Amino acid sequence: MTGGEADLITRVSDDLPALQIAVPLLSAAICLLVRRARAAWAVAMVVAWGSFASACVLLSRVLQSGTISYAEGGWRPPWGIELRIDLLNALVLLVVTGICAIVLTASPRSLDQEVWREHHHKFYALYLLCMTGLAGMTITGDAFNIFVFLEISSLSSYALIAQGTTRRALTSSLQYLVMGTIGGTFLLLGIGMIYMVTGTLNIADMAVQLAAVGPNRTVLVALACIGIGTGIKLAVFPLHIWLPNAYTYAPAIVTAFLAATATKVAYYVLVRFVFSVFGAPLAFGELRLDAVLMPLAIAAMFAGSFVAIFQDDIKRMLAYSSVAQIGYMVLGLSLASVSGLTGGLVHLFNHAIMKSGLFLVMAAVVLRMGSTRLDAFAGLGRRMPFTMAAFVVAGLSLIGVPLTVGFVSKWYLVVGAIEGGLWPVAVLILLSSLLALIYIWRVVEVAYFRQPPEDAPEVSEAPASLLVPIWVLAGATVFFGVFTSLSVGLASAAARMLFGVEL
Amino acid sequence: MTVETAVGLAVLWPLAGIGLIALFRRWPNVRETATLLTAGSLFAIVAKVILPAVMAGGRPRLDIIEVLPGLQLAFEVEPLGMLFALVASGLWIVTTLYSIGYMRGHHEENQTRFYICFALAISGAVGVAFAANVFTLFVFYEAITLSTYPLVTHHGTEAAKRAGRVYLGILMGTSVGFLLFALVWTYLAAGTTEFRPGGILAGQIDGWQLIVLLGLYAFGTGKAALMPFHRWLPAAMVAPTPVSALLHAVAVVKAGVFTVLKVLVYVFGIDLLASTDASRWLTWVAAFTIIAASIVALTKDNLKARLAYSTISQLSYIVLGGALATSAGVLGGGMHIAMHAVGKITLFFCAGAILVGAHKTEISEMDGLGRRMPFTFGAFLLGSLSVIGLPPMGGSWSKWYLMLGTVEAGQLTMMLVLMASSLLSIAYLMPVVVRGFFRPPTADGHDDQDGEDSPKIREAPLLCVMPPVLTGIGCVVLFFYADDIYRLLMGIVTP
Repeated sequence: MTGGEADLITRVSDDLPALQIAVPLLSAAICLLVRRARAAWAVAMVVAWGSFASACVLLSRVLQSGTISYAEGGWRPPWGIELRIDLLNALVLLVVTGICAIVLTASPRSLDQEVWREHHHKFYALYLLCMTGLAGMTITGDAFNIFVFLEISSLSSYALIAQGTTRRALTSSLQYLVMGTIGGTFLLLGIGMIYMVTGTLNIADMAVQLAAVGPNRTVLVALACIGIGTGIKLAVFPLHIWLPNAYTYAPAIVTAFLAATATKVAYYVLVRFVFSVFGAPLAFGELRLDAVLMPLAIAAMFAGSFVAIFQDDIKRMLAYSSVAQIGYMVLGLSLASVSGLTGGLVHLFNHAIMKSGLFLVMAAVVLRMGSTRLDAFAGLGRRMPFTMAAFVVAGLSLIGVPLTVGFVSKWYLVVGAIEGGLWPVAVLILLSSLLALIYIWRVVEVAYFRQPPEDAPEVSEAPASLLVPIWVLAGATVFFGVFTSLSVGLASAAARMLFGVEL
Repeated sequence: MTVETAVGLAVLWPLAGIGLIALFRRWPNVRETATLLTAGSLFAIVAKVILPAVMAGGRPRLDIIEVLPGLQLAFEVEPLGMLFALVASGLWIVTTLYSIGYMRGHHEENQTRFYICFALAISGAVGVAFAANVFTLFVFYEAITLSTYPLVTHHGTEAAKRAGRVYLGILMGTSVGFLLFALVWTYLAAGTTEFRPGGILAGQIDGWQLIVLLGLYAFGTGKAALMPFHRWLPAAMVAPTPVSALLHAVAVVKAGVFTVLKVLVYVFGIDLLASTDASRWLTWVAAFTIIAASIVALTKDNLKARLAYSTISQLSYIVLGGALATSAGVLGGGMHIAMHAVGKITLFFCAGAILVGAHKTEISEMDGLGRRMPFTFGAFLLGSLSVIGLPPMGGSWSKWYLMLGTVEAGQLTMMLVLMASSLLSIAYLMPVVVRGFFRPPTADGHDDQDGEDSPKIREAPLLCVMPPVLTGIGCVVLFFYADDIYRLLMGIVTP
């Protein structure tokens, strides 16, 4: 290797934060140009896996040498736009790009069935755009930039959802569009108000200026606006009403992708604003954000799971389950302690893995049975043994059985609740996980102990292209349930960083 | 092979067996040989490698991985767990023989799944027995619940599915709602969940907190079937009889009472309980369960249901032994794990043999069967005597130590409870034997001249009859070898 090449590699790797956004953005256009389904998929695959690799590199660099600050176009912050990667968003970026890549790998067979082939290249373009937006929201250090990327990801996700096979996909997409736009507007309002008070859009700078200003009514309203704005995108109860429809009627691949990434990034944005802009003392001490979020989180945990129990469409059931699981993440935030936030962040990681796995199982079932209604699952335990085994594994994780990721999340949430002296909350966390047992076991029972009807079509196991990604995710729910140093290590380091506790 | 590796191997061994069972699923004879070999070699590992080390005072420990800070997945063998592992792995051999006779004689389906889940459950039981801390115990405890669910719902009928829901609902509900809570609480209070001689909670929490935590453990261990969380056990009786025999008289339920006993001794510590009286209320709950379940057993005409309620009653003996917080009580409780296991498995084997040989499930229909099935009913008699606690049966020793424990604790009421329970168990077990041997066969059927379509009644196949005879004799043998168990268990109270 010559000196020049080595130099180039260093330069490219220094520019990784920018490439993380620029490459998917430009590749989306390339997808549109190639117009061939499989070719577009190949482009998207290269980009998605490349992004994941780059996220891994960035994470290891953050772990080695601390926060990365990248000045776009060489304009120094706080005047220019900064990309800023610390422990917190390095973790989120890893999750987002990782899930993107895995779900994309599983997509061709499922899309062949659910989306017209002529539209595939557009689908992949949208997919990459959405990924661009999500990655951008995650790594940008600029508040207004968050809004811009939010809109990029939202607009592309509306279009992705509208690809669903039934006409109800269109109304669901519209419903999400209306709600999402309201959410985006609230977020913009909030950012505007902080800008009014501080005169800056750089997040790190905002924090400095805001600390000097102290709490006042504008800041309070700004926090409320940002809370509502991200709350809608995050589907915090009772702002979740767009979610069940969107997840149910979108193509299964889109659901697997969005369920594991879009809400997670919204959660990240909320955490980022609360801790890095307002600061924990202001947000929890003065403005009592925890008192608002905790009841909502607990209501979500129960309402979401409870409604899930009565769903006949399993995809919809999992959507309501997501509402409940988001409740756990928000609860972790509202506990306002290191353990609690660790629980919330680690659940971000864990829930992304299990839910994308479960929704990919739905993709496999739709592919073979053409439906995800409960009746369609009859006898699948025998006819699609590997797919259903993955469902059981990921489902057990959702319940929180030890040695799965769900147990790890629940452990930290319960510890956080008890440490905070909130005994009833600890009890409620445990009780609500029993609801998960009920809705998961309904499916298990039908799949393994109900005979399929006589006239049921012969079905075979899902194709390997779906089965492998499904099992990568199902395996990950167990792997990260046993080897927790990556997920828990990062989450607890990030939580301590956000609370300003010594590492 | 070092003892430490043997400990890990013992937990993994049944899983290796699963591979063989799955591999040979198309050749039932090879498949059953594989199970049998796995069971035999597991027992050899436990009895020949680990037992001598523990008898010599060793506490072999194997650390696997630290899952979360302070939460180790680790094994450490102490006398109580040693005994439980011996019982579970030893009886697995007998039960496998019996399963072959029963499952084929009764034409059951899905036999491969049956043997696989069975092996999984045994692996879970060994894991529970060898767990070095509450966390590891919890992991394997849940593994047992999940792996036995398909056995309960084995027949796939509506009734089986309903029973499965009760089973999973109560066991998972109590373990997640209470036991997990207790685990977190212990971790936060003591900074560890390791089992240590003398307990880990002394000086960490006191007063009402101690009582609440004990309650979370006692009721959270749903497998111990303390009332009012006992409903799952009668429900589980829809399973094939070998499951009821090994799992719902030995492995699963004993994992429950074992957990309670182990937590009382190694988490709370007997001294702490004795000095604070925190477990006194538990003796009353156990006493209530002993009496109430015995009375319910009297009302059941279905033999397996009667045995199930008898099990609930007998399990509370063990809880009572621990809750007395005296060394004799703990010894008696520990010993009863083994004694009751051998006695009750005999009774369930017999119930299954009667079902296979005579197609009878109700006690009122068993008049005169003993003359046609003398071995089965003879074994039933031996098992009954042991469960009742009469010499020369093993069960008499554990009851003896339990009674000593009540005296040591100065709780004479509890002694009366134990005596009353013995009388009640005579009342619900002996009628089966009496009907079988001394009543004339009823007119409606099972005499040979009585018509050609009436099923011919004779002893069940050899593999169905031999196991109960063996375990029945085992009850007698245990009477004479109780001293060995006593010496093993002495390691608990005098470390």
